[in-house]
Amino acid sequence: MIPLLFVLGVPLLGSLVLAFTGHRGFARDINVGFSLATFLAACALTVVVISKGPLLALNEEFFIDPLNVFLVALTAFVGLTTSIFSRPYMRVEQDHGKMTPARLRLYHSMYQLFSFTMLAALTTNNMGILWVAMEAATLTTVLLVSVYRTAASLEAAWKYFILCGVGIALALFGTVLLYMAAEKILGAEGGALLWTHLASVKTRLDPNIITLSFAFLFIGYGTKVGLVPLHNWLPDAHAEGPTPVSAVLSGLLLNVAMYALLRCKVLTDGALNNALASQLLMGFGLVSVVVAAFFLSRQKDVKRMFAYSSIEHMGLIAFAFGLGGPIANFAGLLHMTVHSLTKSAIFFTVGHATQKAGTQVMSEIRGLIKVSPTVGWGMILGSLAILGMPPFGVFASEFLILTTAMREQPWATPFLLLALGVAFASVFSRVLPMVFGETSVRPLPHAPALLPVFVHLGLGLMLGLYVPPYLVGWYWQAARMLGG
Amino acid sequence: MSILGVISQLLEIVIALSLAPLLIGWVNQWRAWLQNRSAPGLLQPYRVLHKLFNKESVVAERASPLFRGAPYIVFSCMLLASAIIPTLSTDLPLSPAADAIALVGLFALARVFISLAAMDVGTAFGSMGARREMLIGFLAEPALLMVLFSASLIPKSTSLTTIVETLAHRDLAIYPSLAFAGVAFTMISLAENARIPIDNPTTHLELTMIHEALILEYSGRHLALLEWAASLKLFAYSCLGISLFFPWGVAEAHAPLALMLALPTLLFKLAIGGVLLALLETASAKMRIFRVPEYLGTAFMLAVIGVLVHILLGV
Amino acid sequence: MSHFAAQLINLFAAVILMLAFAMISQRRILSLIHLYTMQGAALVAATAVVGYVTHQPHLYVSAGLTFLLKVVLIPLLLHRMIERLDVRWDVEALINVPTTMLIGIVLVIFAFNLALPISRLSASIAGGTLGIALACVLLSFLMMIIRSKAVPQVIGFLSMENGLFFAATSATYGMPMVVELGIALDVLVGILILGVFMFQIRERFDSLDIRHLEKLKES
Repeated sequence: MIPLLFVLGVPLLGSLVLAFTGHRGFARDINVGFSLATFLAACALTVVVISKGPLLALNEEFFIDPLNVFLVALTAFVGLTTSIFSRPYMRVEQDHGKMTPARLRLYHSMYQLFSFTMLAALTTNNMGILWVAMEAATLTTVLLVSVYRTAASLEAAWKYFILCGVGIALALFGTVLLYMAAEKILGAEGGALLWTHLASVKTRLDPNIITLSFAFLFIGYGTKVGLVPLHNWLPDAHAEGPTPVSAVLSGLLLNVAMYALLRCKVLTDGALNNALASQLLMGFGLVSVVVAAFFLSRQKDVKRMFAYSSIEHMGLIAFAFGLGGPIANFAGLLHMTVHSLTKSAIFFTVGHATQKAGTQVMSEIRGLIKVSPTVGWGMILGSLAILGMPPFGVFASEFLILTTAMREQPWATPFLLLALGVAFASVFSRVLPMVFGETSVRPLPHAPALLPVFVHLGLGLMLGLYVPPYLVGWYWQAARMLGG
Repeated sequence: MSILGVISQLLEIVIALSLAPLLIGWVNQWRAWLQNRSAPGLLQPYRVLHKLFNKESVVAERASPLFRGAPYIVFSCMLLASAIIPTLSTDLPLSPAADAIALVGLFALARVFISLAAMDVGTAFGSMGARREMLIGFLAEPALLMVLFSASLIPKSTSLTTIVETLAHRDLAIYPSLAFAGVAFTMISLAENARIPIDNPTTHLELTMIHEALILEYSGRHLALLEWAASLKLFAYSCLGISLFFPWGVAEAHAPLALMLALPTLLFKLAIGGVLLALLETASAKMRIFRVPEYLGTAFMLAVIGVLVHILLGV
Repeated sequence: MSHFAAQLINLFAAVILMLAFAMISQRRILSLIHLYTMQGAALVAATAVVGYVTHQPHLYVSAGLTFLLKVVLIPLLLHRMIERLDVRWDVEALINVPTTMLIGIVLVIFAFNLALPISRLSASIAGGTLGIALACVLLSFLMMIIRSKAVPQVIGFLSMENGLFFAATSATYGMPMVVELGIALDVLVGILILGVFMFQIRERFDSLDIRHLEKLKES
């Protein structure tokens, strides 16, 4: 209970504090401090869950079970490392004059508030509050994406707001319908929206209502996951916002949206007893993978390219959960974790690289390994990791997904392999010249924060070779719960 | 065919003929008051008709018999329309002659003849007026049909007398489908009767005319008949609106006392309708011609929504 | 009494739908704000009637909250915004009005079809109006797509939220209070953010035409 209060309270407090002090020199360190405190609270929470099992708290409004405990820890961890990365990054941005004091205050306080909304969305048991938290996360990231106030970032933020706002509104309609179905069985108090209660009566929920409800929830939360064809906001938001924001968007927000979808999927599968939810996830996941791979090959901006890579990976995760069954679910959960770690690591290196080169256009970035060997190596290793090269973690999960697909839905495998191959070729062919090649750029005045990069890549590597037992335990339990 | 039925039918025709110009005068009076002008007098339309009937009718040399005959045809159509709309009583011997849909057909017949007559003499303004009139009619007719459909969904019949009887007998109820149909009907009747915001009935600028342009060539008794027909059309539309949406007070069969009461009720409702019309005209500005399709499209959509809402809600 | 109340609710639902349609065909931005305010008022009235008939006091609180937010606060914000931005007209939409109306009709039919089996299952007195609520949501969505200026898009977004609120009232007597408060807060913050954005867009492009915001294409 206490760790949970800290997990939620610390970022909220941090956001308030940084709203006033965010422009000072020490603000960046305060940001890191609050993120560290959140992470420690999340670790304590994890320890509690390891020892005592799933936990219901605060009048059953909060629920931690194997599905979200590792996501909570992951969110807090990536939040911490991103804030460490953001220290020198924002310093350089300030030197280049792109960040005024007011914008720095906004940036720092919204960063903490964003952490709060994501953690609230992950830990809440109430489907209505889940919606509220997702909407709040959208609002905070809209402000974060537009913080540079350039024409392109305004456009990206506006598109993001409108598209995700519409999507979220449809998800609200889905939630209303879910409440309608729940009310018939559970009565009209607030308990009808609690996921634990819904899960216990899911077989009695009316199938017609739940079908319509899931359709809307899928469209709504699917927009936030970045499933094609509702993905248009993603590349722009990633490319135009500051790089730390791109890292947390790709690494964390997409995961939280997928988590919301999974909670809904469990209820839908129980109520409908048919494969609607699975088929939707599989179909749109597959389309996302293929479309993203092809768009990826046409990109010239490095952050847009990796944004499409995020769409591709989220599509793959959706496909895995659509396949269902213990192995595919396990693979999906593992992929969520390693993708988050690896993608944010890539964005860290990309951030430093673009700062050095002063541009995001890939054809103009060259010779990173000469300018700063650590950035260059980080980029190469990160790209290899995200493209599924063994022994990194992404390879393990992709392998599991592909083998399960070959067993159960063999028709999809050629598409997946083709898309993954195209992505591999495109990304690698662009990263190589960026890392090697002639350049005359001088190194940056501030040392880049590359510890987070290598920590993430290290964790990704470790998860590829060895998954800790309690993590395996959670994955299996969650996979069983997800069913299919 | 009872005696009372025949009496009520004849009474309706007489009332329509005599009251239609008065309705025009009443509306003009209110418009003048609302616009802070002095009014020409309540009985002015009668004086105009009297003057016109006594004047010589000048007809172009090349005019065909259609030109001479059109005013009579238009007048008879409007008279028949007023006769079958149940204003005083639902016991009308002529009512089986035409139901709501045929009523629309009657109006269409009148419109066709007057447009042909306007083109007959070959003037530029006549053709322009005919084109515009057909445009409005083309768009307003489906809308009017839809309104009549949604009104006929509740009584499940398109015969006007049946509709009025059924709606009058129901308890005071608010039907959302009729609300939509009512708004659509108001919009359509403004368009069909050449009122602002579609057409300014008092304009003297030929290029802005729609209805007036059709009757530019007429004079004398022909013009008198056409003016009377126009006022009968407004009367018919007002009575149609009243009987579809405010049908209380109309006498049934075999109820002579109710028939006596129906006349003051009708006068009262028409008076209020006239004031509302004047208010609407004063508060709006005339639309540009190319906006008229949008306006009528909106009316059509509202009427269709009325039908859909009825199907959805069951009321 | 309850029969009359059900008809009253149906009438308010019809008014809300009519206003959603009127918003699609409206060109002047000031009239759009007035229509939105009227829609909010109809929503408040419908919620209050449902609360009165079914003896659920929390619906009164909900109606009061809606009144404060959607009839007072948000229109005030919008008026101030358009005064400072100096916008009055939205001269062209991306498709002309009659075609928009036709698409609107198709959406309404679609929404009614979708909601018909569900509304029969609703236990609420206003269950039949779920289709109307969904139609309002879809019509507002249409309005957001076809408009080329920023302010009508924002109003479309707000109107969509109105439709959702009405859906909650008609399907389930409103959501739990805490959720409604959260939603209200989100909407308010969203409007504030959008207002800030519109200023930024205006500063950057000297116009609120959304077509300036189409430079980020697939490259």
